[in-house]
Amino acid sequence: MSKKITRRGVLAVTAGAGAALAMPTIFDGSVWADGHSGFTNAPQGDTVTLGFNVPQTGPYADEGADELRAYELAVEHLNGGGDGGMMSTFSSKKLQGNGILGKKVEYVTGDTQTKSDAARASAKSMIEKDGAVMVTGGSSSGVAVAVQALCQEAGIIFMAGLTHSNDTTGKDKRANGFRHFFNSYMSGAALAPVLAANYGTDRKAYHLTADYNWGYTTEEAVRSSTEAMGWETVNAVKTPLASTDFSSYIAPVLNSGADVLVLNHYGGNMVNSLTNAVQFGLRDKSINNKNFEIIVPLYSRLMAKGAGANVKGIFGSTNWHWSLQDEGSKAFVKSFGTKYGFPPSQAAHTCYVQAMLYADAVERAGSFNPCAVVEALEGFEFDGMGNGPTLYRAEDHQCFKDVLVVKGKENPDSEFDLLEIVEVTPAEKVTYAADHPQFAGGQLGTCNPGA
Amino acid sequence: MDAFILQILNGLDKGSAYALIALGLTLIFGTLGVVNFAHGALFMIGAFVAVTVSRILSISMVVEDPTKTDFLGNPAKISTPYVEEWFGPTIGAGILDWAVPISIIIAIPIMIVIGVIMERGLIQHFYKRPHADQILVTFGLAIVLQEVIKYFYGANPIPTPAPAAFIGSFDFGAMIGFDPNTIIYPYWRLVYFAFSAIIIAVVFAFLQFTTFGMVVRAGMADRETVGLLGINIDKRFTMMFGLAAAVAGLAGVMYAPINSPNYHMGMDFLVLSFIVVVVGGMGSLGGAVLAGFLLGILESFASMSAVIELIPGINQVIIYLVAIIILLTRPRGLLGRKGVMED
Repeated sequence: MSKKITRRGVLAVTAGAGAALAMPTIFDGSVWADGHSGFTNAPQGDTVTLGFNVPQTGPYADEGADELRAYELAVEHLNGGGDGGMMSTFSSKKLQGNGILGKKVEYVTGDTQTKSDAARASAKSMIEKDGAVMVTGGSSSGVAVAVQALCQEAGIIFMAGLTHSNDTTGKDKRANGFRHFFNSYMSGAALAPVLAANYGTDRKAYHLTADYNWGYTTEEAVRSSTEAMGWETVNAVKTPLASTDFSSYIAPVLNSGADVLVLNHYGGNMVNSLTNAVQFGLRDKSINNKNFEIIVPLYSRLMAKGAGANVKGIFGSTNWHWSLQDEGSKAFVKSFGTKYGFPPSQAAHTCYVQAMLYADAVERAGSFNPCAVVEALEGFEFDGMGNGPTLYRAEDHQCFKDVLVVKGKENPDSEFDLLEIVEVTPAEKVTYAADHPQFAGGQLGTCNPGA
Repeated sequence: MDAFILQILNGLDKGSAYALIALGLTLIFGTLGVVNFAHGALFMIGAFVAVTVSRILSISMVVEDPTKTDFLGNPAKISTPYVEEWFGPTIGAGILDWAVPISIIIAIPIMIVIGVIMERGLIQHFYKRPHADQILVTFGLAIVLQEVIKYFYGANPIPTPAPAAFIGSFDFGAMIGFDPNTIIYPYWRLVYFAFSAIIIAVVFAFLQFTTFGMVVRAGMADRETVGLLGINIDKRFTMMFGLAAAVAGLAGVMYAPINSPNYHMGMDFLVLSFIVVVVGGMGSLGGAVLAGFLLGILESFASMSAVIELIPGINQVIIYLVAIIILLTRPRGLLGRKGVMED
């Protein structure tokens, strides 16, 4: 009596054979290779949808537009178009230009408006309506924290865009969220030695701080780093986020005994406060027998453009700059510049890299399952993406890499040539313990595959 | 004492901007009875007139320089503004440097035309509608205008510097016997204050000493009677809308070097300017100017770190707090007229 061959039987044998074949690689993530279901928005058919959630309206719309350009470029490269950009310099060689796991990459976009509620609404729509398997983007820490929490609940991977607050990978960290961009602590740690070398260790600093989460962590980081090298903080004043004219905050600075002004401001706040400070002639003054100096801890080339000539000679830090000469940066600048006619911003760079890192993690894991992606990204070491050797630390999902200390260029050659790199601070100098007090208070938790 | 003087000075330039915007607002309200929420957008358009003039003057002849390369390694493109080609480097650079003051001359006709088009094309259809409708339509118009500006100029602020002669600050404290560096004040802010004072004086003189102004004032007091005398008061009121638009526009042009213009700057000033109008008294020109400077100075005082330490958050609420107190004690505002918005 012969056994009848049934569909169930074939499937069972195939599954058994598949499990046996997977056994030798069970510890490198390929355990997820058959996991194309059982998680939120498991891609069906021959396409996969990514959600690009960037500010398309509001004050950071220009930065959002640059992020979107980078994502579109990344999708083009992932699908085999263009010159491949950083795929050729990336140390991991899993990406072949045939989509992700053979599925053509498609995308939907959302508008965060740089408002947490709007960002959550657009991310929710991309997840629930459009079936996005990963959400990425943003130009604000408030937005990043809000969307990261939503993605954790929904069982979606969140690859943060431009977010600099310690809290994103500190007290608000989540297992499903990952940040490539640097943070406030790293800015302070990178800036302090350069400031000591240029301005000495006997300085009195006055902080003006944007009255929201990012402002607080940046002030704390810069104060802590500069006080550790001998600087004294004479005053720290919170300024409302909606402020447009900072004259009444800047006017008392000279009379306070301070000889350094630290502007913990970003975006329009930074442009206006720096412009006001220069108008008040602060940089022409001599206090305590020292030249008065201004510092902007977080620089953005797009924002520096708004401040015009006022940025000249002012120190700050940045995640990446188009003038870097490593192979990865050159490939990205060439690819982006050829397509759009101007060099990419640091926001564009971090978003492009995040899209690539996600795609690579899925390829290495062999699955879109968020828990497989988390496992592939945790502790992942890579190079060739413009920041030198980089580690995605497992404990907090923060990237550790070199940080750039930059200065407003005195004689720019072009409208893009606003910042010059004065120091590349090595990763080990900006690395901190996962339980550092500036990052205390939150739990990473466990990954959530959703569904 | 020095901190006191310092904050008064700081309040003057902020108050100047409030006063100029509020003057136009209350002028429109007093003449046409319209609550114009698009007035902040006119201030913003004025600033962008300065940006546009600056850009037009900077239009350049572009030549390739094979000795230099751009960020992609291609031959660099060297730009030389046409004004420098035509008038020589010194005069050309001088014209570019004075782009903001030059913009004033160009902004006046542009803003009057925009104001008249706005009034004839849209707002006149809402004269007999409730104030809520007027607010909705003018607020919508403001959003449309700012989105148009954002489409053409982007969302980032655009640096528009003052002439080099006015960059920097002077030591006012040293001039009046205080220690050096205790009271410093930027030159351009002083120019802004003086400019605002002149504009306010011109508007008042125009209304006070010209026949046209007399008719407008009569119309503001009793529109019906002036109409019955055979005077086309609507036409004059339309022109007043144009004048108010020009005042807001000029305030914007001169404000461009103080804070780099961005598409949202009108909204930043609008709400505060409305409070200025209400505190000053709806329809009262003198009240708008007085309240503008008063609230500007109070806002500066509230931003002092000693005051913030004493009452945390006071810098964010001071204007609203003062508005509440004044409206409780003087419901018509500081110099409000009886009967305005009381029907």
